[in-house]
Amino acid sequence: MDLLIAVTLFVLAVFLGIELITKVPPTLHTPLMSGSNAISGITIVGALVAAGADHSTFTAVLGFAAVTLAMINVVGGFLVTHRMLGMFGPKRRRDTSAQDSKASAAEGAGDR
Amino acid sequence: MDDWTTLGYLASAVLFILGLKRLSRPRTAVRGNQFGATGMLIAIVVTLTDNAILGFEWIIAGLVLGTAVGAVLAVRVQMTAMPELVALFNGFGGGASVLVAAASYIEAADLATDTPRLSAAAGLAALIGAVTFTGSLIAFGKLQESLKWSGFKGMQVVSVVGVAAAVVFGVLMVADAGNPLWIWLMVAVAAVLGVLVVSPIGGADMPVVIALLNSLSGMAAVAAGFVLDNSLLIIAGSLVGASGLILTQIMCVAMNRSLLAVMFSPAPSGAGGPSADDVYAGKVRSTSADDVAMLLEAAERVAIVPGYGLAVAQAQHAVRDLARRLEDRGTQVVFGIHPVAGRMPGHMNVLLAEAEIGYEQLVEMDDINPTFEQTDVTIVLGANDVVNPIARTDPASPIAGMPILDVDKSGVVVVIKRSLSPGFAGIPNPLFAADNSMMLFGDGREAVVSITKALQQI
Repeated sequence: MDLLIAVTLFVLAVFLGIELITKVPPTLHTPLMSGSNAISGITIVGALVAAGADHSTFTAVLGFAAVTLAMINVVGGFLVTHRMLGMFGPKRRRDTSAQDSKASAAEGAGDR
Repeated sequence: MDDWTTLGYLASAVLFILGLKRLSRPRTAVRGNQFGATGMLIAIVVTLTDNAILGFEWIIAGLVLGTAVGAVLAVRVQMTAMPELVALFNGFGGGASVLVAAASYIEAADLATDTPRLSAAAGLAALIGAVTFTGSLIAFGKLQESLKWSGFKGMQVVSVVGVAAAVVFGVLMVADAGNPLWIWLMVAVAAVLGVLVVSPIGGADMPVVIALLNSLSGMAAVAAGFVLDNSLLIIAGSLVGASGLILTQIMCVAMNRSLLAVMFSPAPSGAGGPSADDVYAGKVRSTSADDVAMLLEAAERVAIVPGYGLAVAQAQHAVRDLARRLEDRGTQVVFGIHPVAGRMPGHMNVLLAEAEIGYEQLVEMDDINPTFEQTDVTIVLGANDVVNPIARTDPASPIAGMPILDVDKSGVVVVIKRSLSPGFAGIPNPLFAADNSMMLFGDGREAVVSITKALQQI
């Protein structure tokens, strides 16, 4: 890849990243951080190549360590983000609406 | 790299972009995270089927070990320990980028296929990645509170020397590219720099550090992308780098401190201001759980302002019970969340979400501030500097100009705290001595539980 094309990709992706993230509400800052952190584990791609290039045992061991670290980052990052996001949600609203319907049912019973 | 691989990487990049976009809305965030994970899976499968891969033993071993460790960490972690875990993962990402750069650099040196561009990019990846790795490990230790060390005198001089050495080794990596010694020296000096830069930073500045390390872990991937000439690493790394930068900036604005101030003049000193005795003497009123329950019983609108103390006391479930009880009595309950409350961006929101408090009840600083005057009772739980009115009134204070939650404007303020000890800024808080304030001393969780019990008996 031409160096200038690579630099172009880099600059455009940074601007895109800024545009994507600027509007994130504070509530989601932690999951956003752990989710984007998992994406930074993309270095796994380079790690796989280093571990599988069959160049020397030393580079293969470096590659193995890189695959391990990157994979912890990827698997752990996406999983823990999923776990966290599972807790977020308008639960109270659901609870209250359930209570409301119960309450209105009770009122209806009282009316009669 | 064949065309199919390139197309596969493009699909991954698109999924990362869509994933990040969806992560920015509560309703779509779960889907967004799944998009990201799918993009990652595609990237891994595409790479494994590419013919650049010749041997699979090391790969399989690494994939299995990494998956097992990552999964265990993710499933076991307590929500209060989330900042530590994210710091650790940041570090692993940075460390992986260092190893990738080193392996590529050494291989290129052996095969004499090195170019100045590859060497320079490997130098950057080693530098950024190693700073991220050791910096994150230090941050992890500080967040766990197992590491108290905050450096030594003249450390900044050593840091400057370290930066100069890194530049020299970077130049040597390019000029004398056949010699793997230089990249290891670069890694070593960068590792020391990571320790030196993060060690002095602590406490309330942690959200900034974690956001910055998050950004750096992305930038390390970008540099590794330049080493390997890989568009996906460049794009995905840049997205993460940008998102981390935005969060860093949001955190800095929320503390009214510049990034440079956080990194190089840490731990603002409380010296020179009024002493704790002057502020508190004879004016602090202590109260009991029963009295607080009476107050809450009569209140129509209650605001709860959590801080790091909520996490320390693991009080999120107790707070939820109190809030539910109040709501059952017809009291309106909201939570006021300062952007830097806790030890990482959004820390309080995650804890309260864990306790099943809906996000629409969590009100941001700018939205809740105008409503404090109509709030009958505000409960401050384990927060200090972010509710210190001195930020508004005393231009000489270390936190002058920091946006705060104006809890002092509500009818009554109940501060639940272990003691009158100062917060991270090291200054006394006049809120504790204000006429409309009372202190409920004790452990956050126990205090909230006893208030809830007292409410039940009314």
